[in-house]
Amino acid sequence: MLFGLPITGATITYFVLALIIIVSGVFMLTLTNVMHMAVSLVGVFLGVAGIFILLGADFVGLVQVMVYAGAITILMVFALMLTHRGLNGHLQGEVGPFRGTLTFLSVAIIVGTLLYAIRSTPWPGSTTALQPFHQSTVNLIANAIFHQYTVAFELVSAVLTVALVGAAVIARKEE
Amino acid sequence: MALQPFLALGAVLFGIGLYGALTKRNLIIVLISIEMMLNAANINLVAFAHFLPKPNIEGQVYALFNIAIAAAEVAVGLAILLSFFRARNTSDVRDMNAMKW
Repeated sequence: MLFGLPITGATITYFVLALIIIVSGVFMLTLTNVMHMAVSLVGVFLGVAGIFILLGADFVGLVQVMVYAGAITILMVFALMLTHRGLNGHLQGEVGPFRGTLTFLSVAIIVGTLLYAIRSTPWPGSTTALQPFHQSTVNLIANAIFHQYTVAFELVSAVLTVALVGAAVIARKEE
Repeated sequence: MALQPFLALGAVLFGIGLYGALTKRNLIIVLISIEMMLNAANINLVAFAHFLPKPNIEGQVYALFNIAIAAAEVAVGLAILLSFFRARNTSDVRDMNAMKW
């Protein structure tokens, strides 16, 4: 037994992925070198993709790898390179020790309350199957998106177009 | 596996992101922290989709919509950052006060 969970392959995978996510997240906040921050960001996003696949959401996991670990990280690295005059730039900006401690305590109280609530709530019965859906998740997601959420899907595509054009217009150098 | 470990992981990741968004002063790092908080929300959505008494795909659909909106947000945020950096030559959030009343 490991923290009250039976030791199975899924449990071990979960703990390894959780360790990767949390360690990468803490590194992201404590490192000062810009490039190291970007690399630890990849750790967080890949770990979350692994959690998705562990939960039977293989399509969402692959989308997470493509969009987050691929596109968004590269975008962040580009922005860091464009605004820091080379990769040796160190980020010094943080709030002072008093406000830092106060923020840390508040966040710790919020997270502690959440964890206590999660622990003390009786959740509905858990499944042991790694893949609870009886057909491919891609089929199910496609059915849901194109039958039930068609309007939302079209709205998202409109939002993406507007965001792309807007980003190009905002970032353009003014004549 | 049960539902609780995944919710706990989501809560911890949300806390890390919240702390980063509140204490860092570089705009890019604040954006990254917000992305981590969105990821924590996605973990919760997918976990609930998996562990409901009758497993339901809609949590995964919501997670996909969430990812799309997050990508749009990052694109616009970084465009604003580049434009701001060109005008002020800094990416510190304290200097973003041109529209402060």
